[in-house]
Amino acid sequence: MNLLLESLRSAFSAIRAHAFRSFLTALGIIIGVGSVVAVVSIVQGLSYTVNAQFQGLGSNSITVSSYTPRERWLQGRIAKLTEDDLRAIEHRVEGISHVTPILYDPRNQMINVGYRAQSTFTRMFGVGSSYMEVNQSFPQKGRFFTRTDNERRRLVCLVGADVVEELELPDGGLGEFIRIGEEWCKIVGVMEERGEIFGFSQDNYVLLPYSTMQRLLGTSREFDIQVQLLVDDLERMAEVDARIGRVLRQQHELAPDENDDFRIQTAEQLTASFNSVINTITAVAAGVVGISLLVGGIGIMNIMLVSVTERTREIGILKALGARRVDILLQFLIEAVLLCLLGGLLGIALGWGGGALVSMMLPSFPPAHVPIWAVALSVGFSAAVGIVFGILPAAKAAQLDPIESLRYE
Amino acid sequence: MSLGLELRGITREYRMGEEVVHALAGVDLALGHNEYVAIVGASGSGKSSLMNIIGCLDSPTAGSYTLNGRAVAGMSDTELATVRNREIGFIFQSFNLLPRVDALHNVMQPLVYRRLPVAERKAKAREALARVGLADRMEHLPNQLSGGQCQRVAVARALVGEPAILLADEPTGNLDSATTAEIMALFDELHAGGQTIVVVTHEAEIAAHCLRVVRLRDGRIESDRRQERAA
Repeated sequence: MNLLLESLRSAFSAIRAHAFRSFLTALGIIIGVGSVVAVVSIVQGLSYTVNAQFQGLGSNSITVSSYTPRERWLQGRIAKLTEDDLRAIEHRVEGISHVTPILYDPRNQMINVGYRAQSTFTRMFGVGSSYMEVNQSFPQKGRFFTRTDNERRRLVCLVGADVVEELELPDGGLGEFIRIGEEWCKIVGVMEERGEIFGFSQDNYVLLPYSTMQRLLGTSREFDIQVQLLVDDLERMAEVDARIGRVLRQQHELAPDENDDFRIQTAEQLTASFNSVINTITAVAAGVVGISLLVGGIGIMNIMLVSVTERTREIGILKALGARRVDILLQFLIEAVLLCLLGGLLGIALGWGGGALVSMMLPSFPPAHVPIWAVALSVGFSAAVGIVFGILPAAKAAQLDPIESLRYE
Repeated sequence: MSLGLELRGITREYRMGEEVVHALAGVDLALGHNEYVAIVGASGSGKSSLMNIIGCLDSPTAGSYTLNGRAVAGMSDTELATVRNREIGFIFQSFNLLPRVDALHNVMQPLVYRRLPVAERKAKAREALARVGLADRMEHLPNQLSGGQCQRVAVARALVGEPAILLADEPTGNLDSATTAEIMALFDELHAGGQTIVVVTHEAEIAAHCLRVVRLRDGRIESDRRQERAA
């Protein structure tokens, strides 16, 4: 312990004696650790926020959409979910409520809407009245669609907050008519603001009654729709999931050896797949940093070798005074580790600040979040780099011959 | 167990390419307690090689070396380091102080390798610096001290571990005559206090301070005589 403290003291004095050189030497570590902490803090901040938003989506919601497996796509058999499928799910699956179709034009996702001189592009969905409950999204002003709106295919719509802003609608837009494609629709409600994810606004959309949307797209075709629904009992999620699968396979008359031509996604799965993306980004960042730490470590080894040569005489003196090999070894090793650790700590501070700055400057980004494991890992990694790249110069110092060293000029 | 050191049939050979250089070719030397010895000789006579072996910086090619009753020849590096730390106090021509630490810490350094607690190290180092008359210069760095003062710090550092032998290699080679006289007076004083001192030198004036002069020539002892101290 005494020996360790002594080595530490002497390492501090050696680093202080060449403060600027030490700083330059540690720069590789500082930048490496700094960039990983910055990236991790930004990604973790995102993940934190997005997970919170997914929770708001309602963990008991299920989204069913069509999916064309590759071999069927090659045969030109494009999968579809139809209104028949929707009705089949509604009637034959137990334990569900609030089923809604979602219809949009897959070939023309952004459509032009206008009001007086203003016009903008926005997304348009045709939905059922259960849309509110399933998506936990309600009108802030006005009302949602009624059954009659749907049955009569009325030209009414609800708009997101961005549309109100873009079109400069007076008094929040209630009761105004906006142009959607070639038709004029009356605004009966404005939806609550939902903010942004990944810098994409969640408020730039127009909702139409499902049947109205069909009418706008043209009734001659049968459209591919999505089905969203709520499961009554979260415990029975898997059961409902399986039941929907069986019903749809029957509906689509799939042979037992054919793959599903649809996808059933739960909120949990969405979260899981998002998290796997996040984890991949983190892993890639870690890999890049691993390389930069390697480069930084080689820099440290290089300077430590120079330092050992420079201090050959000093090593000779210490040996004459009775320093054993292990004393010299420890002294230089601790110096390298200390250099790396100081670099690592500076890097963490830099990355922390950098991450916070970036997420502050990008207006739509959530606040950066530095997890404690990233800090612990950075410190541990820096120390490991110090040991791995410090051992060679330290061993070289320890092996020096005392007589030769004392003669060294 | 006899105090002092005994060298018997010490040879030291160096290999320079194909050639073998006999730096020491059979040296027998015995030193008792409280001796004051000068080792003199022309350059290339084997002075430095002998000093390195006495100082346990080097091992002889053949022969036996007993220091305070312990056989030193054939010890491992680590054991030699321990012997250097406990039994030998080195003083060098060019002082060889650690440049980055002050006088006090220079003197404390040998005690680090004895694993003494800091407080004890400090107390002993202060005492040693006071003995060489530098009680008021403890906080100074080597480059803030004169040559004579540096050598005094080096003497204090050599003394602090209470070694069996004080081993000085041309201790006044870098000093002017006034300072040389000061340092030699200090040596005389230490000897009077019971310290065994070995001085390697080529200067007759320095050798004149000693009570015994060993003259080397071509790796052998040419003469070994005792003398009265010159006035």
